[in-house]
Amino acid sequence: MKRITIFMVFICLAGPSFADEFTQADADRWMAEFNLVAEEGRRLWSSPEIGTNGVACGQCHPNAANTHPETYPKFQKQLGRVIQLWEMFNWCLRNPLEGKEMAADDPRMIALQAYALKERRGVKLDPGKH
Amino acid sequence: MNHDIVNDRRRFLKATMSGLVISALPISLVRLSYAAQGGSDFTFAYISDAHIQHVKGTKFVRNWDRGLIRAVAEANLLEPKPDFVFFGGDLAQLGTKAELDHGAEILSGLKHKMHAILGEHDYYLDLGEYWSKLYGDHYRSWDHKGVHFIALNSIKTYDKWTFDRWESPERRMHEMAGLDNPNSSPFMVGEKQMKWLQKDLSKVSKNTPIIIFSHSPLQKIYKGWNFWTEEADEIQQMLKPFDQVNVIYGHVHQIQYNQIGNIAFNSVMATAWPWPYPETYAQAESHLPILTVPMNRADPFNERDATGWQFMNVHSGRVDLEFSLHNNTNRKVAFNEAAGHPQDMSYVDPANRNPAQRHY
Repeated sequence: MKRITIFMVFICLAGPSFADEFTQADADRWMAEFNLVAEEGRRLWSSPEIGTNGVACGQCHPNAANTHPETYPKFQKQLGRVIQLWEMFNWCLRNPLEGKEMAADDPRMIALQAYALKERRGVKLDPGKH
Repeated sequence: MNHDIVNDRRRFLKATMSGLVISALPISLVRLSYAAQGGSDFTFAYISDAHIQHVKGTKFVRNWDRGLIRAVAEANLLEPKPDFVFFGGDLAQLGTKAELDHGAEILSGLKHKMHAILGEHDYYLDLGEYWSKLYGDHYRSWDHKGVHFIALNSIKTYDKWTFDRWESPERRMHEMAGLDNPNSSPFMVGEKQMKWLQKDLSKVSKNTPIIIFSHSPLQKIYKGWNFWTEEADEIQQMLKPFDQVNVIYGHVHQIQYNQIGNIAFNSVMATAWPWPYPETYAQAESHLPILTVPMNRADPFNERDATGWQFMNVHSGRVDLEFSLHNNTNRKVAFNEAAGHPQDMSYVDPANRNPAQRHY
């Protein structure tokens, strides 16, 4: 009996920390965290600061249109292999923006991708599509 | 019709550009398709949206420079010579004297007479003051070989936005320069110019063909990117009584064409870079004219892809556009008299379209 009581107490205490339990407040916070990063991505997208020649991503890609994030990974014939979206972004950084590449986990690269994906939300995944 | 002759000209241009220079220029590479009805047929060239962008000192963004330099070099090879070259606005990126001067210097290489209109990138720093020193009045009209030409400044906006909202002209220019910037403001012709237009049209007979040059489309396609003019509906009403009206516009950096009543609309390509079609932005509704067969999706790995300039053939009061595309198959959008609207000469049949013309 004592054991069962202890077990019940344990369940009551542990309940809220089950992995699949989260509150609306948690979900709101997580979305807000995402939106903060996507907003930073939008700022970088429209800013000359990630290149060297004043050109910004948004000059050719308003609202990140024609970046097709839902089609990656895909074969990029000009590079001769299947690449991820961030690798294509690095191509743009090097060429039209005459800037430096960013690491895949560079917070700025994550922000740029968060923005492009957010602008494309609702579109079905279609990896490989050209 | 004159397809083969046009292809000869293309081959000639391509051969010449690749260094196989032919000493004697062939005459009559372009045959005028229709007999003139009053006035006479003629041709002109159209270059637009160069977006010359200053980096610092004597450095400008190389990519945009190359597009304009190439268009000027190719337009100089046209034979027979065009009556004039029109520049459709956005010579500069941020409207500075350095950018306008550098762009004007490249354009000064043209061997033909040139006219120009303002784009928003030329205007919002000093409201077109320096541009006027180079190219004259912001709007005007003239007659040429039986056609009434009107050049508009269609990139003005609400006075409150222009004069009261921003702390500096530089800030105002930057806010208008971002195509997708929600702080931007819709393009307008404005009350004063609307009155001028009404008065100007009142002196034109209804059977005189009219060609209007504007930077923005005088039709409403997508407000979010200013593929739009606030008074488009009123202007279309003003033009309704005339038999043949042609509107040629830049700003959109892509091929668009449409027919509304007697008004044929044609957009032109940019020499700088291409823009996505508005329907590729998944979060907003837009209205690309259904007549339009889209241009190819741009291949970003070639910096001249989906850019180019236009050669225009004016006949019987209508305009045919030949798109001279630097890295794509050239295209021709001609006025189809029987159908009564502009029509692509190669891709009108959906089965004949190029996979790269599918935008998503």
